[in-house]
Amino acid sequence: MLTIPRALHDQIVAHARRDHPDEACGVLAGPAGSDRPERFIPMTNSARSPTFYEFDSTELFRVWREMEGRDEEPVVIYHSHTATEAYPSRTDISYAGEPNAHYVLVSTRDDEATEFRSFRITDGHVTEEPVTVVE
Amino acid sequence: MAIEVRIPTILRTYTDGAKQVEGTGATLGELIVDLEQRHGGLRARLVDDGGLRRFVNVYLNDEDVRFLAGLQTPVKDGDTVTVLPAVAGGAS
Repeated sequence: MLTIPRALHDQIVAHARRDHPDEACGVLAGPAGSDRPERFIPMTNSARSPTFYEFDSTELFRVWREMEGRDEEPVVIYHSHTATEAYPSRTDISYAGEPNAHYVLVSTRDDEATEFRSFRITDGHVTEEPVTVVE
Repeated sequence: MAIEVRIPTILRTYTDGAKQVEGTGATLGELIVDLEQRHGGLRARLVDDGGLRRFVNVYLNDEDVRFLAGLQTPVKDGDTVTVLPAVAGGAS
């Protein structure tokens, strides 16, 4: 189950819309062990592609180091699909390297409706989970 | 000569759960060979035929070694090498 504040949900959706048709990506940091997303951290997609994303490696280092200093962890890792469904692809699953994170997929394939779904990805297995948006 | 190597969660199966290990070597490549002696299997997660694996990021202190000299990057006592899996994926 992913419990996410409305404001953070909306920031992710806005980021995905803004970067469309390129994939958008980023992190929601929260206190280590809390499973609570609190801080929105959009990341640069160094691939700048409509079909691939990769966190810029220098930004990744800086953000991961900063989270460590603040006793935080990446609670949510999000990215968008711009022409396909909001479901983890084969590459999403292969490269999922944070077993404790909720992987949020957003799809901007429709101009009006944005799909927003969350998954756990561990050892190559995908499990969808419900999303509760807290007002 | 000890170089601190910080290991990400998914590679801690090779270090008995340790988030930090030590190693020696004059270059990053030599350091990785040294680590393999005590943490078998770790090298294959970092290196392939083409050098450093594509979706693994390795940093010497604050810099991505891809901007330095890759596996030839010189390392020395007191340096910190950090490994972070790339955060990546795509539509297919």
